[in-house]
Amino acid sequence: MTRYTSATDSDRQAMLDAIGAGSIEELFDQVPAEVRLDRALDLPDGLTETECFDHLAGLAARNAHADAEVCFLGAGMYDHYVPAIVDAITQRSEFLTPYTPYQPEVSQGGLQVMFEFQTAISELTALPVSNASLYEGPSSVASAAYLAIGATKGRRKLVVSRGVHPHSRETLRTYAKGFGADVVEVGLDGGVTDAAELAEAVDTDTAAVFVQNPNFLGAVEDLEALAAVAKEAGALTVAAVDPLTLGVLRPPGESGVDIALGEGQSMGGRLDFGGPSFGFFAATEEHLRRMPGRIAGETTDADGRRGFVLALQTREQHIRREKATHNICTSQALNALGGVIYLAWLGRQGIVDLGELMARRTAYARERLAGVEGVELLHEAPVVREFAVRLDAPVDEVLDRVAEDGIAAGYPLAREYPEYEDGLLVAITERRSREDIDRLADSLGAAIGASRTHTVQKAPIPEEVAS
Amino acid sequence: MADESYPEGLRYHPEHDWARIDGDEATFGVTWYAQDALGEVVFYEPPEVGSETTKDQAYAEVESVKAVSDVYAPLSGEITAVNDAVSDSPEVVNEDPYGEGWLVRVKLTNPSEVDELLDVAAYRKLLEDE
Repeated sequence: MTRYTSATDSDRQAMLDAIGAGSIEELFDQVPAEVRLDRALDLPDGLTETECFDHLAGLAARNAHADAEVCFLGAGMYDHYVPAIVDAITQRSEFLTPYTPYQPEVSQGGLQVMFEFQTAISELTALPVSNASLYEGPSSVASAAYLAIGATKGRRKLVVSRGVHPHSRETLRTYAKGFGADVVEVGLDGGVTDAAELAEAVDTDTAAVFVQNPNFLGAVEDLEALAAVAKEAGALTVAAVDPLTLGVLRPPGESGVDIALGEGQSMGGRLDFGGPSFGFFAATEEHLRRMPGRIAGETTDADGRRGFVLALQTREQHIRREKATHNICTSQALNALGGVIYLAWLGRQGIVDLGELMARRTAYARERLAGVEGVELLHEAPVVREFAVRLDAPVDEVLDRVAEDGIAAGYPLAREYPEYEDGLLVAITERRSREDIDRLADSLGAAIGASRTHTVQKAPIPEEVAS
Repeated sequence: MADESYPEGLRYHPEHDWARIDGDEATFGVTWYAQDALGEVVFYEPPEVGSETTKDQAYAEVESVKAVSDVYAPLSGEITAVNDAVSDSPEVVNEDPYGEGWLVRVKLTNPSEVDELLDVAAYRKLLEDE
């Protein structure tokens, strides 16, 4: 069967003859004359394929991409290696083309991989129930807020640590308006959530406490202690977690967390200019009926054979309408499939090895950078794959100089954390070798030095000397 | 599943709920018609003891494999007891909608509302027109 269907002029004529129309224009006779455009659209002439290619290639060449430079950028999305097996499976038309598996009898393959995905997420997070994915990390956080409001019978306060990703906090605020809920932020102390400030903020009107682990500054939080504060007030604990750190950190389900969720990009997804990716969401059994997103279930058919279906559809909007647990209609199932393929490729030992590798390299990077003149650690909390430093020179200027060496040194914190104006977030993946880290340290040192000298030269000549 | 029946001693609400009056108290549940339309009931979360029911307003939800349905209060009152057995085994609503499948017990706050409910004959008539 052909993958591309076109119509020739004679095809079009045959179709017009079949329906008894004289021309295509005639088919629009029903449209009133006063709303018709009556002229061609104001578009430039079409380009030939080669002209088009050259034009777009020229535009694309104006960007530096992660494969063209050494990338220490993180802040929620990471430059991991995507094994060829991910595309080899996801690009198959059986997975690439179908939509939502509402018809289980023709969707067994898709439903089975969703079930495998859910199982993998449950095992990673140590929480018994999980869904077939959400859109991405930030909206997953907002969905958890909706769940918590329902579960606490209408409490309206959401307490969120500033350690949670800025995009997640922003999305939470956006959704909170619709829920009629208030978002209260708790600051950081020593790189982690300020425990005293949290205890102050949490009360009997709090539906949930939101934390991230490791947090946006790369620091490992004491999930158990934070969860205890929430639990005492009858609030839920929602933890946004970095999945590839779960090979070395205690799983959230074992730390008293009610809901663990997060951004799935690092599992089998490229950076791709920010998307598409997927979110994952797991919870304790108690919250099963309030879970957002699709859920694949294992069952048996009329002949007793194992099969898979969409389960608990009574949560969803096509049944519950305005009382649904979420408004998800399309899906990121293909990206989630990439995620479970990646996890299967890594394997149980692989995810531990990867976590340990990142932890070792991050420790090395942190030590080397702290030893650079003009760089000091922003916090000393334990980290796994990302850490924050302070620069004794304008961060943007330093980043520009380092970029000239073909290195993206990290993410400037000033954008979303005015309290860390001179801060830089540096991320490590298995692709950043010891040599890369040494290059970064040297380049950063040189850039800071040049910036400081430059600044000195720019200082105004004192009047006494000038006259 | 139970055979179709609408016991004489009960009063009925047009939204397919029944009430068994006992002095100034009443027990509520859903009728045979309701459980039949829903299909196999799989989930029921009872309201809190001490909360109020208001005549004609929903006080709970009953969930089957294919639908979620509001359960309407035939009368106004304060909930004195809820049937936890239904939460544990929701299918009892299908098997015994008027007996073991009772949902809540209330202390009536406006007993005159009973007069507005339907008797068996009137409810059966309503079903014929349904």
